[in-house]
Amino acid sequence: MTDLQFAVCSQARMSYSTADTVIEFDHVHYRTPNGHPILSDLNLRVRRGEVLILLGRSGSGKTTALKLINGLLLASQGQVSVEGRAISDWNLIHLRRRIGYAIQEVGLLPHLTVERNIALAPRLEGWPTERIRARVEELMTLVGLPGEDFRRRHPRELSGGQRQRVGLARALAADPAILLMDEPFGALDPLTRTEIQREFKALRQHLQKTVVFVTHDVREALLLGTRIALLESGRLAGAYSPEEFLHSDEAEATAYVNVLRASDVPL
Amino acid sequence: MDLVRYFLDHSSEILSLTLEHIWLVGVSMILAVLIAVPLGILIAHKPGYKGSLLGVANVIQIIPSLALFGFLLPVPWLGDRAGRLAIVALTLYALLPIIRNTYTGIVSVDPAVREAARGIGMSSSQMLRIVELPLASDLILAGIRVATVISIGVATIAAAIGAGGLGEFIFRGLAMVDNRVILAGAIPAALLALLADLGLGAIEKRLRVPR
Repeated sequence: MTDLQFAVCSQARMSYSTADTVIEFDHVHYRTPNGHPILSDLNLRVRRGEVLILLGRSGSGKTTALKLINGLLLASQGQVSVEGRAISDWNLIHLRRRIGYAIQEVGLLPHLTVERNIALAPRLEGWPTERIRARVEELMTLVGLPGEDFRRRHPRELSGGQRQRVGLARALAADPAILLMDEPFGALDPLTRTEIQREFKALRQHLQKTVVFVTHDVREALLLGTRIALLESGRLAGAYSPEEFLHSDEAEATAYVNVLRASDVPL
Repeated sequence: MDLVRYFLDHSSEILSLTLEHIWLVGVSMILAVLIAVPLGILIAHKPGYKGSLLGVANVIQIIPSLALFGFLLPVPWLGDRAGRLAIVALTLYALLPIIRNTYTGIVSVDPAVREAARGIGMSSSQMLRIVELPLASDLILAGIRVATVISIGVATIAAAIGAGGLGEFIFRGLAMVDNRVILAGAIPAALLALLADLGLGAIEKRLRVPR
């Protein structure tokens, strides 16, 4: 191979890996340990900076798809890659530390204060104490829980909405480029949910992160998503921009749009 | 009045035997914790060992204490010194409650908490240190408390093989058919058990995280 060819090749490879694909599902299948298929032949690319919504009914495999990204589950067949590298080539602990993860049950550690919960990832990464303090303060303001008072509380002393905010702050703590969110606002009452969704949208625009967001709520999908991947019993029914989604002919998508139309109660 | 006089006359012996009793129980509890907590952690993470390990600990628990002391007597190094033998027997007795509670404490950690911690990128040793052990600590302590109270009782029997402790008074009183002497061993032993129960119970309450 001549130098020139080599340069062209490596350039091509580089443009591939630094290209806009951050997460890639390549013919991914997932079966439970007892052989029950959850995901079949999933092909999907998540581009840098987009908010990809995984929309689908319960049991459609959306949470499974999300967990394949940070290696909490491993594909039975096919390959999931993050930043151009297959999950099997990643040290899973390093991978997870680059990815923020927020889930519906929040999963805050009940024996730690809010401050220490948020500080978990930076502590694991060995940040100096001062930097962690400053970061926690910054995040608590960002998610709307400012003040000395909240830092010292335990999760049980917070409302559901406040806990979700802490969960979000914790996912953002080590400033990951990728954020995975599994119905993070699912357990909230409608008013708080709308409020926190709006805040998240504003927040997202200024943070510039790649987000994969699981929800079964089509409103949430249209509000927050830059792209919507619709899953139907373990298969990808299609990936659309919110605009395309509203006008799609695909059966499951129209079903969602109809629900949306029907629920717009005229007063 | 008679009893009080007997206690006053023998106060220094009661004190030294009480200290000896505390020593026997204290050393065996420390050994038991050092052995049982890691074993509890092991079976929580590798359930394959659970049946056999708990089985062995159960069988030890079932052997009557006097018989266990007797069984250990011919063991070479152990049989040389009664105190040594008593400590080993008490340690073996204490294993089951501590192993079982450590196991239960760890497996009952909320799966959502565990998964969130894994998602943050904790290694399994970090998970153990930051999540599992703190959340299981109150149950582990409850196991230690039960084991300690049992040990304080069982340790009185150690006097039968000459290991000392408050059982000395009890066996002597039985031989002399003198209730005062029996009570000189039984009352301090009961008080020790009560104190251990209350003290460890208080710590346990402080460790408990409402779930």
